[in-house]
Amino acid sequence: MIYIDYKTNNDELKITLRGHLDAAFVSKVWRESINKLESTKPSLLEIDASGVEYCNGAGAALILQLKQKQETQNRRFSIVGLRKDFEQLINIFDPGIIRETAKKGNFFLEFVKNAGRMCCRVLNDTKAEISFLGELLSKLLAAFIRPSSLKWSDTFLIAEKSGANAVGITCLLGFLIGVILSFQSAIAMQQFGAQIYVADLIVISLFRELGPLITAIIFAARSGSAYAAEIGTMKVNEEIDALVTMGIDPIKYLAVPRMLSGIFMMPLLTMFNLLLGLIGCGLVMLSLGFSPIVYLNRIQEAATLGDLAGGLAKTLVFGLVIAGIGCFRGLQTATGASAVGDSATKSVVSSIIAIIFLDGVFAVVYYYVGI
Amino acid sequence: MSENSNTIIKVENLTAGYGDVAIIKDVNFEVKKGEIFVILGGSGCGKSTLMKHMMGLLPPVSGRVFIDGKDIVTAKGQDRIEILKGIGVMYQNGALFGSMNLLENICLVLEEYTDLPKDAMEFIARMRLKVVSLDGSEHKMPSEISGGMKKRAAIARAMALDPKILFLDEPSAGLDPITSSQLDDLIIELSRNLGITFVIVTHELPSIYKVADRVVMLDKNTKSIIATGKPDYLRDNSDNPWVRQFFNRES
Repeated sequence: MIYIDYKTNNDELKITLRGHLDAAFVSKVWRESINKLESTKPSLLEIDASGVEYCNGAGAALILQLKQKQETQNRRFSIVGLRKDFEQLINIFDPGIIRETAKKGNFFLEFVKNAGRMCCRVLNDTKAEISFLGELLSKLLAAFIRPSSLKWSDTFLIAEKSGANAVGITCLLGFLIGVILSFQSAIAMQQFGAQIYVADLIVISLFRELGPLITAIIFAARSGSAYAAEIGTMKVNEEIDALVTMGIDPIKYLAVPRMLSGIFMMPLLTMFNLLLGLIGCGLVMLSLGFSPIVYLNRIQEAATLGDLAGGLAKTLVFGLVIAGIGCFRGLQTATGASAVGDSATKSVVSSIIAIIFLDGVFAVVYYYVGI
Repeated sequence: MSENSNTIIKVENLTAGYGDVAIIKDVNFEVKKGEIFVILGGSGCGKSTLMKHMMGLLPPVSGRVFIDGKDIVTAKGQDRIEILKGIGVMYQNGALFGSMNLLENICLVLEEYTDLPKDAMEFIARMRLKVVSLDGSEHKMPSEISGGMKKRAAIARAMALDPKILFLDEPSAGLDPITSSQLDDLIIELSRNLGITFVIVTHELPSIYKVADRVVMLDKNTKSIIATGKPDYLRDNSDNPWVRQFFNRES
């Protein structure tokens, strides 16, 4: 049985509490009693706790909060009839006067401050990224010059995980994109009676743009995020610090093998993607009534080796950038479990932005070079 | 069930292990209300495993564990939650949620299990932090505080729902002697003033002598309890030479 009662007498407030002072009870009366206290502003608050049978932390919180409200206003407070053991509880839990956290300053001032902080952070980030990129490239170059200094077994293991194990999904996506794209364009081309040119369309768009892009996005989502999460977890567990104090350079030990595997695996995966894309397209062409030999002649005529090489050259850079960003985000990880998730997310987001941006750059360069 | 109403935890014929490997075989003991009960033993003897079974984290191979008369091994759903609400656990490294500050860490269970208004929850959280002398650090993140502070914050969090039993996994490991001693004082104070039962896994001898009302000692070879009683008594009177060695810190 729970019970609370308020009695006002001149400017004194008497609160009578009875029953179980637990969280369920306190949650019912917390607001009410504090509002009562604040509206009556009594010079003396007396709590009659002689009927309290049980009191836990929540009950103590209620009594202490009322006491604190009174005392900060320099008004009197008294409590009667509280059992000895509950009194003990209240005494050890009394948090004292809680200092209010610093009041927020002027809105405009806060805004300017935050904007300034934000700018500094972005600039610092950019600086860190550029210096990290430089460090990565110089160490990558060093690894190329002296291949014996690299841990090849690790590199091959990473290449297997991010390359060989990704063949299935890359092929599947390539095939589906080939089928869907050629089917969609066949419908449009039918109006002009130019269905045979579906082969031209698909082979050019796959070789130059879609193949490399799709493979890069798969790689970023599948392996770039894994690099960030793995290295991020190592950072959180102080394993990176352990490497540093052992005199092992974490960039050379962790990032270079991943970047190498990125560079070498991306073109291979892209070729699988392209092959399956062409097979998918061929299937649609076959169903439209073209014989396989016609299709083969058509694609050989439409695409040059330059188209293929241009596409694959892009993937070398994509692989490097995705792996680099994954490692960079991983090494940047702050502390805590959520930081690892943040790093993985950031790695995928930055990788995809970088891929699209670089793809645009390549398009412009290829246009001027004439590939 | 136990005929003794003073018993709060009762472990009956508990056998525990991982896969085919038994860690503890056929262990029986009781913890009394309000006592500070210490589980100790050499490294790898299954202290933490035993404690994890006592709080229902791992299913035993056989045997039963009663918390306040209810079997935690077979309890499911709401019953299990009711039992768990009565216990608080401090994990070895605190296991504070890294994405929340100390106040939010403590408020989490209150939000989950009570309808208290927000300011009431924060007030309770501040009270808990005050008890472990962490007042003023409410808005710090776990990554910003030291190891000792993390352990104290974890105790504050474990106390959020006024549990009757607190399990502490190596509370003084990795702390300096002064902080460790303060933590011991805190444990004694909470036990004496609030009547909380403590189950502590540790092998810090000074801390054992200071806080323990009773200890059980596990042995790696026999996979069972080799000694029970007060630490001072065991040190001087145990008939097992290994137990005397342990308490006298000899090799």
